[in-house]
This record gives sequence, structure tokens and C-alpha cells, in this order.
Amino acid sequence: MLLLAITSVDRGETLLDFIVAFCLSLVAYLVLTAGSGNILLWSNAELILGTIFAVITALIVKSLFNKLNIKLSNKALNPKRWLLFLAYVFGPFALSLIKANIDVAYRVLTGKIKPAIVEIDPKLKNDFGIAMLANSITLTPGTLTLEAKGGKLYIHWLNAKSEKPRIRQVCSSFADWIRRITE
Amino acid sequence: MIEMLIYALLAIGIIFNAIGALALHRFIDPYTRLHGSTLCTTFGSIFIVLAVVIYSITTGSIQMALHAVFALAFIMVTSATGSHAIARASYLAGIKPKKVSVDKLAKVSK
Repeated sequence: MLLLAITSVDRGETLLDFIVAFCLSLVAYLVLTAGSGNILLWSNAELILGTIFAVITALIVKSLFNKLNIKLSNKALNPKRWLLFLAYVFGPFALSLIKANIDVAYRVLTGKIKPAIVEIDPKLKNDFGIAMLANSITLTPGTLTLEAKGGKLYIHWLNAKSEKPRIRQVCSSFADWIRRITE
Repeated sequence: MIEMLIYALLAIGIIFNAIGALALHRFIDPYTRLHGSTLCTTFGSIFIVLAVVIYSITTGSIQMALHAVFALAFIMVTSATGSHAIARASYLAGIKPKKVSVDKLAKVSK
């Protein structure tokens, strides 16, 4: 199975996608089944099944990336960026999540809303950064990404403070952090 | 003492879920209602998962905590993408956002 998978992978560029997807899905499977046996923490069957599932997942990811023409750059493997990402999730993102949740709960109960669809231009260079920023904005209650076109994001804002906002008003410091993580 | 903490966390989570459900009833169009649903997926699920984590640590099985944290991470990633897909589909289907003071997307999407 593993040999079949490796020979079917194109040599060179797309091998990186395959390896990264394989490692991530194997780690996810192993975390979910930790404590099932006594080879370290896992039983024999779980290790074999985990490898098979990871190969299948990685093959699907590889064919999807080929079809959509997504290329994984070497920057994605830099551990400093992963640490920055964790710092971002537990630092500024968590903080604005708390503020926004309380604010939106107050607006649901009182009904004081002032919706608007505004446009921001975060000037991020790659698609991955734009996707991450759009997801962060959607996950924060009170702001919802409707469309991304030409690098600009169109955002439905529950309580619009102005019609032509600066980026920091809509998504605090998300754009700067994501620029540091992805570029 | 720790039991009280677990109950408090569960209560906060359920209150935010209830407010999110209330938002579906009170708000006026699909876009504003989706803001309410993010309340459930963020604070609602975060506090319930925190309660599960603390409970599983006190009972000595770390496995349940790991599973709950993983579930939370996947909920966060997929629900953001899902809300965006719903909002974009309703905009493309021609549902006009109500009460908006400005609609920058109207010019671009045509």
C-alpha cells in the first residue's frame, strides 16, 4: 500500500504536499487513539490502520492540490511560523473573541444593530493568508466575510462604526499578525 | 469546589448557546442571523469543551480531554468556512441585506 502510494506520487514538487499531509493526518489519528495499547501508547492494529488512513488522506490532498493548482511553499515547514500561529490564536485572536462575544450577546438581547457591508484591503500577498484572515474575521462574532475579490474582502458588519473603516477597526491586529505568519 | 467550576463553565457555555439561538429568532435577515450562530460555535463550544477538559483531568483520563480539544479545533475551522459559504450563497441568490447603511459589494458583484 505504502509502496504503491509513493510510486504514484510525482517526483519533485508535489512530494512535499504528500509528506506534510501524511504526517499531519498520522499525528491526528495517533492523538485520537492514544492509550489504546502498549507499543509506546498505541496498539498494533491502531498503528497499521493509522498509516493506511494517513496514506489515503495524503493521496486525496495531493490530487486536490494538483487539481486546484495549489503549491505548498517551503515556508510552511518553518517551526517559527507555527509558533507565531499558536501565539496569534491564543493572544490577539482569543482577546478579540472575548470582546466580540460579549458585545454581540449584548446586541442580541437589546436589538441595537447597525449593519453595513464594508470593504477592506488587507494587502496580503498569498491566498493562504487571505483565507486565514477571512476565516478569522468570520469566526469573530459581529463580522462576517461575504466575498473575497482581487485581494479585497467584503465584510458584513453587525455594528458598523464607519462606512469606510480602517483595517484595524474591523479586525484589530489580525492582518499584521497574519502577514508575519504567512509572508 | 472543582465540581462547582465545571458547572459554572457549562452554564456559561449554555447561556451563550441560548443567546445564539435567540439571535436566530430576533435578527432580521440571513446575514445578521449568522452573527448569532457564531456565538454558539465560539463561546458556546469553547466553554463546554473547557468543562469537559477539567472534568477529564480530575477523573484521570487525559484521552477525553484530547478528543474534546481536537473536536473544538475542527468545529472552529469548519464552521467559519460554512458560515462564509452560506452568506455568499444567499448573496448570490439575490437576498438583499436589510437595514444596511452601505453595501460596497453591490457594485462589485454585478
